[in-house]
Amino acid sequence: MADTAKATPRMQQGLPARPLINGNPYLPMPARVIEVIRETNQIKTLRVILEDDDAMERFHFEPGQVAQLSVFGVGEATFVINSPPSQKDYLQFSIMEVGEVTRALHKLTPGEVLGVRAPLGNFFPYNDWLGKNLYFIGGGIGMAPVRTIMLHVLERASDYGDISLLFGARTPKDMSYQYELPQWLSHKDLHCTLCVDKADANWPHKEGMVPQVLKALAPSPKNSLAILCGPPIMIKYTVETLLELGFAENDIFTTLERRMKCGIGICGRCNIGSRYVCTDGPVFTCQQVRKYL
Amino acid sequence: MNSDRFLAREAIGDFLAKLIQTGYTVFCPQKQAGVRQSVIFAPWQKGQEILLDKATVAPKHLVLPQSEVLFRYTMQKDSAQPEKVDVSLDDSQASTPTVLFAARPCDARGFAILDRPYLEGLFRDPYYAKRREALCVLTLTCSSGCATCFCHWTGAGPSSPEGSDILMTEIAEGFVLQAITDKGKKLLAASQLPEAGEKSEQATSARKAAWQSLEKAPDLSQAPQKLAEVFDDQDFWRHWTQACLSCGACTYVCPTCYCFTITDERLGKKDHEEGVRLRSWDTCMARHFTEEASGHNPRPDKAQRMRNRVSHKFSSYPENWGAFSCSGCGRCVTHCPVGLDIRAIVLAALAATSPQQRAKEAS
Repeated sequence: MADTAKATPRMQQGLPARPLINGNPYLPMPARVIEVIRETNQIKTLRVILEDDDAMERFHFEPGQVAQLSVFGVGEATFVINSPPSQKDYLQFSIMEVGEVTRALHKLTPGEVLGVRAPLGNFFPYNDWLGKNLYFIGGGIGMAPVRTIMLHVLERASDYGDISLLFGARTPKDMSYQYELPQWLSHKDLHCTLCVDKADANWPHKEGMVPQVLKALAPSPKNSLAILCGPPIMIKYTVETLLELGFAENDIFTTLERRMKCGIGICGRCNIGSRYVCTDGPVFTCQQVRKYL
Repeated sequence: MNSDRFLAREAIGDFLAKLIQTGYTVFCPQKQAGVRQSVIFAPWQKGQEILLDKATVAPKHLVLPQSEVLFRYTMQKDSAQPEKVDVSLDDSQASTPTVLFAARPCDARGFAILDRPYLEGLFRDPYYAKRREALCVLTLTCSSGCATCFCHWTGAGPSSPEGSDILMTEIAEGFVLQAITDKGKKLLAASQLPEAGEKSEQATSARKAAWQSLEKAPDLSQAPQKLAEVFDDQDFWRHWTQACLSCGACTYVCPTCYCFTITDERLGKKDHEEGVRLRSWDTCMARHFTEEASGHNPRPDKAQRMRNRVSHKFSSYPENWGAFSCSGCGRCVTHCPVGLDIRAIVLAALAATSPQQRAKEAS
C-alpha cells in the first residue's frame, strides 16, 4: 500500500485562521443602494447600507476584504469594499460594467435592493508596514482596492514613512474618483502622481503607461513597500519594473481578481495552485503568486 | 465484543424494506437504460431488483445534488411605501435520513474527501453538512480490483472503511455487516439482523484475499512534490492532454470532484418577482469555468485545465488537507472518450525531469 501524501495541511502550517461566518455563508444580507456615482463611461460607484440596522452597526472589515454583491435573479460577483473601514455610514463599491451582473448593478438606482455577502478574504497587512515607505500603484478600476488601503493608512500617516500614489488610466475620461483627485494631489501626507496612456490637450499630468511612468519616477526600494492593483497585463509589467528598481518580491503586494462563485474556498475556480484567491487572498505578495501572474 | 451482523443474500430486500418502513430513503445501484446501459444510485422501492454492481456514476449526488436550491428570494412592494421594494430570503432546507446501500470503498472514501473542504475548512457548508449527517453509508467491500481502478495507489484498498458507516463483505451464503461508526452501530442494532458470530472470520479471509489479488502499487508519496515541479512544464501538460476534448465526463463520474457554480433563476409572477439561487455541478475542464467577464482567462488552454484537475487531486489538495483527493475508483479512466488515464499522468510526473534538469543534461 502506497503512503498517502506527506504534505502538511495548511491549518497546521501556522497560517492565520480566519473567523467563521455564523449561520449560512451563502445567504446574502439584504442591502439598499443609497447613492450612485458615475465615475467614467464604464464605471459606477455604489454606496450601500445593510437593511438590518444592527448588522450595519456591527459590520466590521479590514482594508482589502471583498464582498459578493447580488442582484437577485441575475447573480453574484465579487468587488472590493473600497471605502475605508472608518467610513461607517455606508459600504462603497466601484463597478466596471463588463458582464451580466455588473450590467444589472449599473441599472440599480438609490432605494433599490441588492444582496451583500461580506466581508470575505484576507486584507492588506498594514500592521506589518509600520515605519515603511508605502508606494501605492493603481491602474484603472484597480484603483478601487488601492483607494481603501491608501485612505486607511493616510488616516494614520505618522505611523508610516513616505506615502506615494501613482494612479493611471487609459485616458483622462477613464479616470475614476475625479472629485477626490484635487484632495489627493494636495494632501500633505501623500505624493500623488497621475498618468494616462493617452493625454488630451487639457491633461496637466503625466502621459505614459503605468510601468513607464513608474520607471521614470524611480522610487527607491529602500525601506519601501509597493502595493499595486490593476488589469492583469498592467500588474505583470509593473511588477517587472518594481523588481528592476530593486523592490524585493516579498515587498510587493497585490490584490488579485479571479472569477469567484462561493467566495468561501470551496467551489474550486479561483485557486492558484493550492491557494484560493477568495480565502487565502485576494491580497498576496508577489513572491506568493509571481509565477501565476 | 463482535457486533457484526449477518445478512443472507435472499434477505436483502426485507432488510431494505424495513429501513424504508422506519423512515429512511434507500439508494441502491440500479440499471438505467441509455445509449449504453449504466448503473446509477437511485431510490429503491420494495420489490425492485437488488443489484450490487459498481455504479457508473459515483454517489456524490447524495451529499452534493447535481443542482440544488440555496435559497428562494421574493421581491415585494412594501405595503406602507409603494415605491419601496423589499426582498425576503428563505434558505430552509429539508433533509431525509438516507441509507446508501452497496457503495464501494472508493465511493465512500469520496465522502471523506469531500468532508474536508465542505466541513472542515474556514466555512462549514450547511447544505452539505445537513445531507451528510442524514446519510448512512453501507459499503460493499470489493473482492478484487478491476482493470481501471487503483484505490491501493492512493492510500486505500478494497476494504478501506474511510467514509463508510458499515462495511459489508460477501461470504458464501451472504454478507457480514460490520459497523464502523456510531451511526452504523445504531442502524445495525435496530436492524434485527442475526449476529454474524463465526462468519466474521470468513469475511476477514475474503478481505485478505481481495488485498492479495491486487498488483503491487507504485509509490505515490512523492507525487505532490513532483507535480508541483512540473507545474510550469508546458510541454509536459500539452503532451498529456493533446487528445482531451474538455468534455468533463471525468469530473461528472468522479466521486471526489466537487466544483460547482452558482446561478440565479427567475420565476417571474405579475405583482411580485421571485426566484431561486441554485448551486449546480460544474467542471474545471470547461473553458468558461474560469473565464472572466472581461475576457481574461487564467486557464485558457486544456493543458492548464487538466493540470488543475490532476494537481488538485495529487498535489494541491494534499498540500491543503494532507491526503490525496483521488480515491482511485478509475471511473475517469473508464469513461474518458479519448482514453486519457490519470494514472499515466501521475506516473509520468513522478518520472519527469524538469525543463531545467533537461537543459542541464543536454549541456
